[in-house]
Amino acid sequence: MSKEFMPKIISFLCKWCTYSGADLAGTNRMKYPPSILPLRVMCSSRVNPVFLIKSFLHGADGVLIGGCHPGDCHYQSGNYYTRRRFAILTTIFDSLGLESERLKLSWISAAEGTKFVRVSTEFNEKIKSMGENPAKKKIFL
Amino acid sequence: MDKVLKIDISAEKGVVELLKYLLQNDRVSGVFTLRKTGSDGSFDYALITEPGLLEDAIPLHPFMHVNAGKILSALPSMRKPVAAVIKPCELRSFVELVKRSQGALDDFLLISYTCGGSFPYKTTVKGQTDKLLPEFWKAVKSGLDSDSIRPTCRACEYFVPMNADITISLIGEKDLDSKCSIFLHSGKSESMVEGFKAEISKGELDLSRFDSLVKKRKEQKEKDFKELNIQDSGLDGMIDIFGKCIGCHGCSRICPICHCILCDFESCAYDYDTSMIENELLGRGGVRVPTDTILYQIGRLSHMSFSCTGCGLCTEVCPADIPVSTIFRKTGEKVAGLFDYVPGKDVDEEIPVTIFKEEELSELGND
Repeated sequence: MSKEFMPKIISFLCKWCTYSGADLAGTNRMKYPPSILPLRVMCSSRVNPVFLIKSFLHGADGVLIGGCHPGDCHYQSGNYYTRRRFAILTTIFDSLGLESERLKLSWISAAEGTKFVRVSTEFNEKIKSMGENPAKKKIFL
Repeated sequence: MDKVLKIDISAEKGVVELLKYLLQNDRVSGVFTLRKTGSDGSFDYALITEPGLLEDAIPLHPFMHVNAGKILSALPSMRKPVAAVIKPCELRSFVELVKRSQGALDDFLLISYTCGGSFPYKTTVKGQTDKLLPEFWKAVKSGLDSDSIRPTCRACEYFVPMNADITISLIGEKDLDSKCSIFLHSGKSESMVEGFKAEISKGELDLSRFDSLVKKRKEQKEKDFKELNIQDSGLDGMIDIFGKCIGCHGCSRICPICHCILCDFESCAYDYDTSMIENELLGRGGVRVPTDTILYQIGRLSHMSFSCTGCGLCTEVCPADIPVSTIFRKTGEKVAGLFDYVPGKDVDEEIPVTIFKEEELSELGND
């Protein structure tokens, strides 16, 4: 019997919203996929695009950034910068023929525990259907 | 309307005369131009204050060994502006650096020209430039591409300078050997050049005559992008292309946009310790050393591709013949296109990663 593919999804979650949202999901005993590996950052704009590239090239099946809704950033405007950087990075991935679908940006507030569960489950299913990140077995990178 | 100066000597001599005039009349602190440095056909950019030294100046020589934009940004501010004769791509790079607080436009009187392209490094290194020059100037006069210019230049549609104080008209000027047309675009240049002996008129650089060349260059660019065909092959394609990379980081050292004194990718943040290497080996069963070659390339794309002016020096310096410039231009155009950004066009337009608009990209992040 072959083992079911369990993705690894590196998740950079903003301390002020998505991370608390994930916490809320936990305290409410809601279940989200164990493939989500949360990393707490002080703001989604703390996430250097190189973190995403590195995660991808080192075999992460998916990378998720969770930030505050536009206009709600704890630091006024951090998430707007994140949005631009994310757009730039996915464009770069597309132009190089890399799978930009493995990168995801989502606005989830601290009150949206249910949304966190839904988004992470959906993303997990999508990554499952895409299969393993081909970068995982490449020796060159 | 611009002020136009016409002199009855060859274009190159006309520029040298103009530079001499600026120096002798103390309008500028110095002159920055290409100059012959050796008898074996070697050239260098030089900052000159002694008018006599301008005898060896070759301001319009089709050769670019470094991007002058990067050198200008390293020059200190002087008592008066420095007159700098540079190529359009170098000027655009300088503007990009000015946006990054690496220089000031006021420090220079920027002189540029409609550029016919540059020779590859190797032709100059091998001392073959003199043989190629007649054919080059003949092509420039008739408004065509010379056979000897770099492939990057052949795919460059920005050969008319942006933001120059003074433009010298070269492409399509049939009588380059006997006439020199100088266009003054700003009040700054008009006051500086005042008193210079020339036939003065009003006029504007006729851009419509470049239409066919722009079209041809754009077609060549699309063809280069198509031949590169990187987007269809994904990771394996990346490995094919960058597998040759020897990790010298020459592309970022020569890049005019990469101005960081310590490049992020050369910092110890990217060093591997034992546990990281062991981890890699556990997962993959093997690891290429030095590590992170592709991370460096994609990372650099994310740092500066939207500002890439397509000067092509990265391709020139690559010892492994990787078409770095084509890749960066292709990706850069897509990224800059997201924000309708043209690198080096407008000095007041901020670089895309330092600003945002609240209403843009609203499709991202919604679930």
